[in-house]
Amino acid sequence: MRFLKFDNSKAGWALQILVVLASPLSGASAGPPGDPSTSTSIFRPASTPADSILGLSLFVFAITGTIFLIVAGLLIYSAVKFRRRRNDDGREPAQIYGSNQLELAWTVIPVLIVVVLFLTAARVIHAIQDARKPANATEVTVVGHQFWWEYRYSQFDFVTANELHVPVSDPKDPSPTFLTLLSADTDHSFWVPRLAGKTDLIPNHPNTTWIDPHEAGLYLGQCAQYCGTQHAKMLLRVYVQTRADFDSWVKAQQQSSPVNAQMDQEAAEGKRIFEGTACINCHAVRGTVANGRFGPDLTHLMSRDTIAAGAVPNTPANLRLWIQTPDAIKPGSLMPAMNLSDEDFDRLAAYLLTLH
Amino acid sequence: MSTVAVEVTPTLPEVHYLNADYGWRSWLFTTDHKRIAWLYLFAITGFFAVGGLMATLMRLNLVEPQGALMEPASYNKLFTAHGLIMIFFFLAPSIPTVLGNFLIPIMIGARDVAFPKLNLLSWYIFMLAGSVFMLAVIRGGVDTGWTLYTPLSTTYANGHVLSAAVGIFISGFSSILTGLNFMVTIHKMRAPGMTWFRLPLFIWSLYATSVIFVLAMPVIAITLALIALERVFHVGIFDPALGGDPILFQHLFWFFGHPEVYILILPSMGVISELVAAGCRKRVFGYSFVAFSSVAIAAISFMVWGLHMFLTGQSVYAGFVFSALSFAVAIPSAIKVFNWTATMHKASVSYDAPMLYAIGFIGLFTIGGLTGLFLASLGTDVHLHDTYFVVAHFHYVMVGGAIMGYLGGLHLWWPKMTGKLYPEAWARFACLLVFAGFNLTFGPQFILGYLGMPRRYAVYPPEFQVLNVMSSAGASILAVGYFIPLVYFTWSAFKGPVAGPNPWGAKGLEWTIPSPPPTNNFDVTPIVTQEAYAYGHEEAHVG
Ligand code: HEC
Ligand code: HEM
Ligand SMILES: [Cu+2]
Ligand SMILES: [Cu+2]
Repeated sequence: MRFLKFDNSKAGWALQILVVLASPLSGASAGPPGDPSTSTSIFRPASTPADSILGLSLFVFAITGTIFLIVAGLLIYSAVKFRRRRNDDGREPAQIYGSNQLELAWTVIPVLIVVVLFLTAARVIHAIQDARKPANATEVTVVGHQFWWEYRYSQFDFVTANELHVPVSDPKDPSPTFLTLLSADTDHSFWVPRLAGKTDLIPNHPNTTWIDPHEAGLYLGQCAQYCGTQHAKMLLRVYVQTRADFDSWVKAQQQSSPVNAQMDQEAAEGKRIFEGTACINCHAVRGTVANGRFGPDLTHLMSRDTIAAGAVPNTPANLRLWIQTPDAIKPGSLMPAMNLSDEDFDRLAAYLLTLH
Repeated sequence: MSTVAVEVTPTLPEVHYLNADYGWRSWLFTTDHKRIAWLYLFAITGFFAVGGLMATLMRLNLVEPQGALMEPASYNKLFTAHGLIMIFFFLAPSIPTVLGNFLIPIMIGARDVAFPKLNLLSWYIFMLAGSVFMLAVIRGGVDTGWTLYTPLSTTYANGHVLSAAVGIFISGFSSILTGLNFMVTIHKMRAPGMTWFRLPLFIWSLYATSVIFVLAMPVIAITLALIALERVFHVGIFDPALGGDPILFQHLFWFFGHPEVYILILPSMGVISELVAAGCRKRVFGYSFVAFSSVAIAAISFMVWGLHMFLTGQSVYAGFVFSALSFAVAIPSAIKVFNWTATMHKASVSYDAPMLYAIGFIGLFTIGGLTGLFLASLGTDVHLHDTYFVVAHFHYVMVGGAIMGYLGGLHLWWPKMTGKLYPEAWARFACLLVFAGFNLTFGPQFILGYLGMPRRYAVYPPEFQVLNVMSSAGASILAVGYFIPLVYFTWSAFKGPVAGPNPWGAKGLEWTIPSPPPTNNFDVTPIVTQEAYAYGHEEAHVG
């Protein structure tokens, strides 16, 4: 942006005030980066698109705030100064038809203001939406499903779910991540406020967006387009990793699942049950007969911190509860409760726990 | 003329439209526009109560991050029903069908609307629509959100989408007929001498609203019919799985939907012009600019639908055009605000309830409008779209704006409609409660949205709890503020002191006839020789 540059370090004073105002309310200062309680506040941007959104926000806030103070000031002034007095005798005040000069003034000035706003906003969005994809970009295809996220890393030839991993991007030598957004059913919206604005996932209308997170850590977000019963529990978790960490994560994800020889008796039983029930119609585990795509890929389930799109931490107890009664965790999710005995659920859970 | 006619003891006229006839037939089969206004008043007050109850339940649920009351599925049905009821069965009909029906003929010096029977038919259609819709809600509800986006509404949503859509479809006909009726009335029934530029500004804004009714309602009717086709016969129109296009729905919906939001606010702007003039005893500053800004708003409103679709991947350049046009709507709105404020300058500003509502409207509408600039700016909209910021923005316009105007209008014309006064002190107190409660309810939501809380969330991250609790607390104050007028209006209708024809010392044809008016409004057709708002002896001219 040449004609109005939003340098957040220069707009620092305004930022400070806003952050101070907002922080006690939002927990904006809670926790170190990477802490799951890290807030989603735009006042801590961590990527170029979020940076420019914040800059523009401050600009629009300054303009609208000024207009508001003027209008409210005049309104209150007139209401107080010219109030009807107690000794009012019913006389009517001097009548004024209007004034063409005034009308002209308060038409032209707002027009000029909105022209400036429009141009500034257009510049910002143009810079974001028309950004060129560099050769070193990481590419991920995001598929929205009713109440969970599928991530296809076609570059690396694997699929995972719900927790997106991307490499950190050094501002001096950017290596952004470009996301292609698809939907398997109805509309969703991808939104991680500290990284970028929203983009919708619409069936049959591939969209794209990009992020270039400057700092490693965990960034939270959520589905922002109403998509049905569990719209509020379709959470986004973006793990930004150093290049080395990201590479080793990719390597681990490319492995197949463990084979029977690597498991104990109970887990092997569980695997048999898994492969013998409807689980495999909806879930895929690479290296087994399970290749369903309706639900999340479970090949490396245990590498994830949470299950059911961020609904609960991935603990053995939660996992066991989830496969028996998904409604206890996420009522209305599209994973059905299976009709199995308690022992079978124990075995299934034991098997799932081997999917590192 | 200084005309606060100090009537010593005003008395009710012996025969007026309220006692001209008795019995339920005389009401349910009436063709008197004033009685039809009452039929609507009862109906929409009922819908407001239902929609308000739903809002209360939602706000209660949001007191706790995990949801204090209900399952997400129920919450989703509540906000869908709340939104649809408030928009189609309360706010859209509110000012036009109650105050418009009562006042349009009187303000232009006519005995009734152009098609009195059609007017009654509109009410029956409205009631049929409301019944069909409420049946859908009672039988299990709909969970699509009021926007009914496809393919969610056509393929994935469970619930009674079809019957709800039929209800809204029918209500569209009621609005179209009312719109037509008003347009013909304003064109054809004006008293001699009542030229276009002598019309009260309320009439101008209702005229603009009627045009939108007639042009926009068919669009939603067709869109709903297409949804029905797809749901029932699986004709692929919107669902890509059937070969349709989900974006097409968004175009159609917002081509109706954006003009619709001006249906909600324009009548209220008209009321505010009347309230300000009566409350200041002063002609409205810049009459013709205020009048034409209504027309401009109506016209531009049909060209900005794409602003609701910035995130759908529409081309950046289409986004630019829609963004520019959205900014353009802000101009006529701003012109109105400036002219009202200028009217108050050097006036005699009363602090009676109607004027308090008007001042409240101007303040809250200004906030609603200015926050709209954040949404018209593409770069901030991608952050704010579908968050609580938007919820706060449109409630500032619709509740802080439109409903304040509606309540203010009711307070101004209540003495005309009933011939009775209400307790002014209670009315001021209720107005202040509404104002305070409203700001506490929706103010924190701007911050919530900025900090990242999406809308339509039955549960939310714990760090947002403080602001949500504030909002819910405000909602309970607001509810009390809305309830008090119900009580004193009821009291006033039976026991209130007699008002006399012109308790405010206001100008306008409606204040020249008795309160309550006789059934035929004017015994002799009035001949109009003055502009609207003919206050004061001398007419100073500045400029
Ligand atoms: C009808 C299809 C279907 C069947 C059958 C099914 N699931 Fe699921 N499963 C899903 C869906 C959909 C989700 C995602 C739910 C959500 O997050 O909203 C899911 C989620 C899961 C998850 C959490 C994954 C994650 O990373 O969040 C696990 C574990 C799981 N299923 C295990 C199983 C097991 C074990 C079985 C067999 C007993 C099974 N599922 C049967 C559809 C199915
Ligand atoms: C009187 C106090 C009111 C309160 C406390 C209230 C509260 C709420 C709440 C909590 C929501 C859900 C927000 C979300 O999650 O998206 C909502 C949505 C909505 N409200 Fe209100 N509301 C009130 C009045 C009104 C009125 C008078 C209207 C009239 C037009 C209205 C129109 C809407 C609409 C259109 C929605 C969106 C529904 C949807 O997302 O499908 N509300 N309101
Ligand atoms: Cu979603
Ligand atoms: Cu969603």
